[in-house]
Amino acid sequence: MSWTPADPMVSIKDVHKSFGDLKVLNGVSLDVMKGDVICIIGPSGSGKSTLIRCVNALNDIQQGSILVEGQEVNDPALDKLELRKKVGMVFQQYNLFPHKTALQNVMMAPVRVLKRDKVEAEKQARDLLAKVRLQGKEDAFPGELSGGQQQRVAIARSLAMQPDVILFDEVTAALDPETVGEVLQTIKDLAEDGMTCILVTHEMGFAREVADHIYFTDRGVIVEHGPPAIFFDNATDPRTKEFLSQIL
Amino acid sequence: MTFKTDLPVMMPVKPHEPEPFLRLKLWHVVPIALLCIVGTTLAFAADGDAKQSPLAVLMNWAPLLLRGFIFNLVISVSAMALGTAVGALLGLGQISPNRIMSGGSWFVTQFFRNAPWLVLLFFAMFLLPFELSILGLKIPFPDWFKAILGLSLPVMANVSEIVRGAVKSLPSGQWEAAESLAYTRRQTLWLIILPQCVKRMLPPWMNLYSILTMATVLASIVGVSEVMTLTGRALSAEGGRPELLAPFYGFVLLLFFVYCYPIARYTVRLEKKFAVIN
Repeated sequence: MSWTPADPMVSIKDVHKSFGDLKVLNGVSLDVMKGDVICIIGPSGSGKSTLIRCVNALNDIQQGSILVEGQEVNDPALDKLELRKKVGMVFQQYNLFPHKTALQNVMMAPVRVLKRDKVEAEKQARDLLAKVRLQGKEDAFPGELSGGQQQRVAIARSLAMQPDVILFDEVTAALDPETVGEVLQTIKDLAEDGMTCILVTHEMGFAREVADHIYFTDRGVIVEHGPPAIFFDNATDPRTKEFLSQIL
Repeated sequence: MTFKTDLPVMMPVKPHEPEPFLRLKLWHVVPIALLCIVGTTLAFAADGDAKQSPLAVLMNWAPLLLRGFIFNLVISVSAMALGTAVGALLGLGQISPNRIMSGGSWFVTQFFRNAPWLVLLFFAMFLLPFELSILGLKIPFPDWFKAILGLSLPVMANVSEIVRGAVKSLPSGQWEAAESLAYTRRQTLWLIILPQCVKRMLPPWMNLYSILTMATVLASIVGVSEVMTLTGRALSAEGGRPELLAPFYGFVLLLFFVYCYPIARYTVRLEKKFAVIN
């Protein structure tokens, strides 16, 4: 079966996952088309983060199927490195490499993993840092940057691999309120450029503004989903309503 | 406005800085040494015999003792180098995803870490042949070489634990970030994890070196001509005069102190510095 851009870029079907006796995902299915921005929201412990960590095989799944551009992730013979070249990820705690400068953080993977030319990779890294509005911070170490700046470096680092889809795992949850905006703006820019994004987030206003589709998860299942306008104003499921009433 | 009070909460807070009982500076060693050496000399002078004063005797022997001490340092540096090289590999073995590899490395580490240094030294001394023939070529195994091997075993085990501990102490997010950028495990380890560990490993590693240096005198028990052995020989050559014991062993203590104390201070400085960064 060959994948074409008309097929879903990421196709999750009936995924089950448990840590020991704890069932975290209980039959989750969703499709993400190329250029889509989808937001997964839901209460803590509902399996949102686990779900997206399964997409780039940081977590394995026990049952079901995850296709990324037609490639089955739930496959013992999976080439994880090839998968991860296509799927970028940005973490809640940024996870920049503290012993490397911002520039090195961004250009290291293209040079070492993709074996790209160093000069060209450095040029791309500088462009990306400019794109996330961090000109002049190229030589700063992560410890010298604010949380928001670090997170933008992390986004640039992920972009440097030229992935087809990027996973955002609660990327603003560890930030000071005043720096959340700059990170969200960066993601919005990406979305406008047509990058396929899967976000786990608690930023409802942002989800409403940017997402093409919202998924609400609770206790390992998708309770309700829809375009933001319908989802936020006309939620039907009582669990969704309760959650939204607490948050909004 | 000032007012008097004896309520502790109302008093201005004085930052309480715990003073170390005795902060030794390198120059403090000089009066201590003089006290040891000159003191016995004075006691001797009061005796008024025709023999040479202990200080003069010590000066006669000092060059030889110093050479012996340098031999201790050579043993310590060699054992440290060897133990660090093998121990680092063993430490990496401990964090290997291969169960046999990690289990084996763990066992070797635990075995040698929980063995008395002197016993390991005896093992190396008496189980290794005095020479090895490979293809008709005879390679001698002198005692000092066996001492280096024997002392490198506990160093190896401790370095292995230092490496394992440092790697485990890094947040798992570093591994995950590297994995999600498609680094191989080997790249992750060498480009991202280990460079961050060096800083964490340095203070305990220096501590270990200091301990090893002081343990090199164990080699005297198995007959290596290091400073303790030479001191013993010098004392018996002088006819076992009891008033010589304090100056001679005091001199040996002094040598070790002058060498090890700066290392200890520097280790503390590094620990403080890194504690601030992390």
